[in-house]
Amino acid sequence: MSLSLFILYKAILVVIVFLVSLVIAMYSTYAERKVAAFMQDRIGPNRAGPFGLLQPVADGVKMFMKEEIIPQVSNKFLFILGPSVAMFTCCITGAVIPWSTSLHIGGHDFALQVTDINIGILYIMAVTSIGVYGIMIGGWASNNKYSLLGALRASSQMISYEVAMGLAIIALVMSTGTLSLKAIAAAQTGWHWNIFYQPVGFLIFIICAFAETNRTPFDLPESDSELIGGYHTEYSSMKLGFYLFAEYINMFISSAIMSTLYFGGYNMPFIGRLGLSPNTMAILGLVFLFAKIFFFIFFFMWVRWTIPRFRFDQLMNLGWKILIPLSIINVAVTGGVVLFFHK
Amino acid sequence: MTVYLFLILGFFAIMSALMVVFAKNPIHSILYLVLTFFAIAGEYVLLNAQFLAIVNIIVYAGAIMVLFLFVVMLLNLNKETEPHKSMLRKLIAVVAAGLLMVVLVGSLKGADAMSIKPTGQNTGYIENLGNVLFKDFLLPFEVSAILFLAAMVGAVMLGKKDIK
Repeated sequence: MSLSLFILYKAILVVIVFLVSLVIAMYSTYAERKVAAFMQDRIGPNRAGPFGLLQPVADGVKMFMKEEIIPQVSNKFLFILGPSVAMFTCCITGAVIPWSTSLHIGGHDFALQVTDINIGILYIMAVTSIGVYGIMIGGWASNNKYSLLGALRASSQMISYEVAMGLAIIALVMSTGTLSLKAIAAAQTGWHWNIFYQPVGFLIFIICAFAETNRTPFDLPESDSELIGGYHTEYSSMKLGFYLFAEYINMFISSAIMSTLYFGGYNMPFIGRLGLSPNTMAILGLVFLFAKIFFFIFFFMWVRWTIPRFRFDQLMNLGWKILIPLSIINVAVTGGVVLFFHK
Repeated sequence: MTVYLFLILGFFAIMSALMVVFAKNPIHSILYLVLTFFAIAGEYVLLNAQFLAIVNIIVYAGAIMVLFLFVVMLLNLNKETEPHKSMLRKLIAVVAAGLLMVVLVGSLKGADAMSIKPTGQNTGYIENLGNVLFKDFLLPFEVSAILFLAAMVGAVMLGKKDIK
């Protein structure tokens, strides 16, 4: 493959991943409202377009048209930097996710993954750990005590749950023996999904994913009843839109990561027996991966409209006194199993 | 190409490190320090040490600096509450920092004698790093682990309300 072709193909892939993230996040807002309506026996948005399908567009236009207010006393640069960092960090995670196997077109292999770095999981951990800066900077620059409290809650929550998430990933890495997401996805052919080898790890991971994306039952940084709007109280117009949007992109990306790490990624049992051509397999893999992702996005919403919010001390107790010891035990047990049964 | 990247990243690292010291606002200092860590992580990638780069970001930029930011936000430091330092204190600080610089320069002076020998493209890969850490340097590794454990236990003890 020549260099120019390589650059073109990677650029197209990056743009597609970016656009797909945005569109899915956009329609997640619509889906959220429809799911909420379904759970509460209502109809939900149905005015803009057929079945209210244009509602996200209408919301976006509304966000752009709103008056933009920057508080006089706040630090203007940091005030703008906050939502930008939040948006940036949630968009760059998609780079390491293997969306499917490779397409074979015109004698070249086009892998449907932007880049396969050999430390893919750690890259995701790094990006989630710097994602907290968007919230902290924004909350501090707002110069509002509710924003600051929301930002402090968000950061302490994210740091606490990152530990348990990292330990869950360590157990997963011990059983798969690689840090590359491509290799992890490829190893889960047939029924060899990691969920069957790491059920406890998955449970810890999904709880931490809820906490990292600030979703209910862990949405304490923006709990309306205590903190008005949390870290984005002072934000208006599209900067508020960026914060809200970043949450939905995070939800999409963490669903993709959960599907890839624990639910076989683009693999589906029995599909290898059909004897399809590699290109068809790649496209089917893409479809399967997205089906899994949509299921997890629905799961996020399902939980949001089912389980009430935690108290902050309960959240900290759960993180430090239950999840971390549990994940350490999980690491020890995984180590023992790997030591005694595999080699 | 690599040389230009090295120079650009080095420029960023040094500039933001200087801004850490010169910035008036402690929050800005911390954010510049985060930028410094990113520039240094970029240098690690140029040295083919991806694992070190990413761990540098996870541990320093992602955890320690967030805690710094946390503490500074809670303390709400600003110019009015900054304690006034006497001339003697400033003089002592200058002498101490100067001595530290002499030590650093002295230790780095002989460093070019043992310049890095990249043994291959995969030097910094995690497999090789793991093999080296757990085979050749197992004892130092475990000793440093005990050091961290001691620090953690100490922090928990200090954080307890009623120490007997």
